[in-house]
Amino acid sequence: MSACLFRDTYLHPLLKVRSQFRQIFLEMGFTEMPMDNFIENSWNVDGLFQPQQHPACDQHDAFFLKDPAEALQLPMDYVQRVKWTHSQGSYGSQGYKYTWKLEEARKNLLRTHSTAASARTLYSLAQKKPFTPAKYFSIDRVFRNETLDATHLAEFHQIEGVIANHGLTLGHLMGVLREFFTKLGITQLLFKPAYNPYTQPSMEVFSYHQSLKKWVEVGSSEVFRPEMLLPMGLPKNVSVIAWGLSLERPTMIKYGINNIRELVGNKVNTQMVYDSPVCSLDIEPRSPQTQEAA
Amino acid sequence: MPTVSVKRDLLFQALGRTYTDEEFDELCFEFGLELDEITSEKQIISKEQGNVKAEGASDVVLYKVDVPANRYDLLCLEGLARGLQVFKERIKAPVYKRVMPKGEIQKLIITEETAKVRPFAVAAVLRNIKFTKDRYDSFIELQEKLHQNICRKRALVAIGTHDLDTLSGPFTFTAKRPSDIKFKPLNKTKEYTACELMNIYKTDNHLKHYLHIIENKPLYPVIYDSNGVVLSMPPIINGNHSKITVNTRNIFIECTGTDFTKAKIVLDIIVTMFSEYCENQFTVEAAEVVSPNGKSSTFPELAYRKEMVRADLINKKVGIRESPANLAKLLTRMCLKSEVIGDGNQIEVEIPPTRADVIHACDIVEDAAIAYGYNNIQMTLPKTYTIANQFPLNKLTELLRLDMAAAGFTEALTFALCSQEDIADKLGLDISETKAVHISNPKTAEFQVARTTLLPGLLKTIAANRKMPLPLKLFEISDIVVKDSSKDVGAKNYRHLCAVYYNKNPGFEIIHGLLDRIMQLLDVPPSEEKGGYVIKASTGSAFFPGRCAEIFARGQSIGKLGVLHPDVITKFELTMPCSSLEINIEPFL
Repeated sequence: MSACLFRDTYLHPLLKVRSQFRQIFLEMGFTEMPMDNFIENSWNVDGLFQPQQHPACDQHDAFFLKDPAEALQLPMDYVQRVKWTHSQGSYGSQGYKYTWKLEEARKNLLRTHSTAASARTLYSLAQKKPFTPAKYFSIDRVFRNETLDATHLAEFHQIEGVIANHGLTLGHLMGVLREFFTKLGITQLLFKPAYNPYTQPSMEVFSYHQSLKKWVEVGSSEVFRPEMLLPMGLPKNVSVIAWGLSLERPTMIKYGINNIRELVGNKVNTQMVYDSPVCSLDIEPRSPQTQEAA
Repeated sequence: MPTVSVKRDLLFQALGRTYTDEEFDELCFEFGLELDEITSEKQIISKEQGNVKAEGASDVVLYKVDVPANRYDLLCLEGLARGLQVFKERIKAPVYKRVMPKGEIQKLIITEETAKVRPFAVAAVLRNIKFTKDRYDSFIELQEKLHQNICRKRALVAIGTHDLDTLSGPFTFTAKRPSDIKFKPLNKTKEYTACELMNIYKTDNHLKHYLHIIENKPLYPVIYDSNGVVLSMPPIINGNHSKITVNTRNIFIECTGTDFTKAKIVLDIIVTMFSEYCENQFTVEAAEVVSPNGKSSTFPELAYRKEMVRADLINKKVGIRESPANLAKLLTRMCLKSEVIGDGNQIEVEIPPTRADVIHACDIVEDAAIAYGYNNIQMTLPKTYTIANQFPLNKLTELLRLDMAAAGFTEALTFALCSQEDIADKLGLDISETKAVHISNPKTAEFQVARTTLLPGLLKTIAANRKMPLPLKLFEISDIVVKDSSKDVGAKNYRHLCAVYYNKNPGFEIIHGLLDRIMQLLDVPPSEEKGGYVIKASTGSAFFPGRCAEIFARGQSIGKLGVLHPDVITKFELTMPCSSLEINIEPFL
């Protein structure tokens, strides 16, 4: 006797994975950051100590806004400190020594990474005296105005974890990452030096992929630069370590999906949603789905 | 990340040993580089233009190495080899010296006309240099890489290199009207005015990208020698007269631009990299630059900066326990010559002109960590004890999602960006009524606005799944964006819940039942009284007349539900009736 097909009660696979990551962060004592603002302004990027002429700020990488085109309010005393740090150097830094322009900083855009929102949270943390250590996380949408292909869309989700405390070391960052990735079933990690304008040191995190038989990048991690933290008002010996990865990539690996459009957006086949198994991230992922015969 | 392409065997020659591909890959990983691809000229042409065109092309193995965007000293084979040699302690980092010339110093005089178009210039001379074909190619390639990177596609800085023996100083950097500039540009056979060149280069695949930098200015920058020979018209093109060849022995380098700091860095990089091939190795001959106000400066700066770092600071930041002497050794391996001084806890670090990327003690800390080896650092957990908190809106969303699925609806995930039509015309509205946020540089219509409602996304999802068995019941709980002048950026996100029912019958009673269920889950009673919710008949351009209702709760309108208007159905390329519900869930926090 054939079984009746169950339908009707399905959660989207990407959001199932998101729930799992939320769970992992909560288990590790991380507090969720407010991320309910897609619109940021360039100011927030400058506050990260990313220089205004940096390639990542190009018109062709970010979605700039026509309306509202500019931020209505900026915290001017903080702005002055950031301007000084960029152009003249301060807080022990040489700075970038260029002419920092306020008009550039006022431009609104769709956030290109979640670190912009983390910066807002860190700024709020810095205003609370005395300083108390904090652990934050976020999983939300970011926007990039890039060329689209099988693994890139204009909108995707970033996962970010942040720890702010006295005396944090690179060894601590690596230790936290080991615990985090162990909960994902990944135990072998390698770290590689990388470059990011607002972090130093920065590392790319690699794990060994059993079926591909090679090391693949699973995320990036970093220590925020003092030039970013000190203008916010954080005490001098407070360090902030952070790491991030995309939500789509582990989901695609977990569910064996090769084209991101099959996962996100309106062209998603709801049958895929019906068929996707329960998400427990530490279980070995399935092999990529076979293509239908041409 | 910039990619440097080097001939593998030349690189191994410079490194003094050979490596297997795996060994070199590991070395790169350790140093912070990535061996991206192992290929050859033949393979590249084969891939891009087919095997026939690749006949006769070189089989020489090429390594394509990705280098960090801030390491200008690793953008050529010379710098890469030098960096790796010092890292492996096979050589000591060279000391770069600026020397005064035996005869008269070369002068570059800047006139005030350049102020409005390209105010800054620096210069230097490489004396008695010996090129081979490979070194010459590398020299040209480095300029191109710097142009693309730190020079921001020549807008900030442009580099001009000239055969000094074909010229006669002093040189003048001025700006003139395009019609007054006439010269034979690189690789052309006759003279052209600047206006003509602007036209000619409009179709040049390489140069057309730079024309905009000076095109609309009244005066164009130009450099002359004392005989009126044009060296270059930066940032577009050099003159053919002073063209460099493999046989060139003395090179005059000029960097012009709009960012003085970067111009100096770029000059320093070129001369440090290639002074290796000068007769007097690693020396650079000075040049004098005279500003419009008469002030003289000597270049290249080749400044060595000293910074003091405490050994215990490095140990603390990295999480290791090395002696100050060992730390000094590690830093020296990264081309940051260091020695322990004073009470034994201070390290004096000398930052060479090739490491303009080092601007703060944290850069020094990173280099110490790289030399130590990231993967040798002991992993520990920080003693940061915190209680986790969920963001209330996300907590509510997670709870509702589960119950929506339990109620028999399938979750969708749609794009936040869409076309203007999607949120206005297709729903019977004018775009100005929507208070939508508009994008200024959308590549296609799909990215014109940020969505003000979740409905279009769900309807498009149904349209893409028309072949699925009916009924289709979808929901999404996600953010929409509207303009809001009370926020610092002028816009705000709202968390909406939207559900649609698509079937042979519109199923209004099902959508209504869903709303009642949601209110029950949110513990909101059906009542006119404070804290309750009511549904009142209403109209909406997206809805069938007489089949639309507005929902009021917690003292405000939170959304609408109803049967969708046939026009909406058609505009979204659907064929069956559909009813929908959309509410803002933030009042329920």
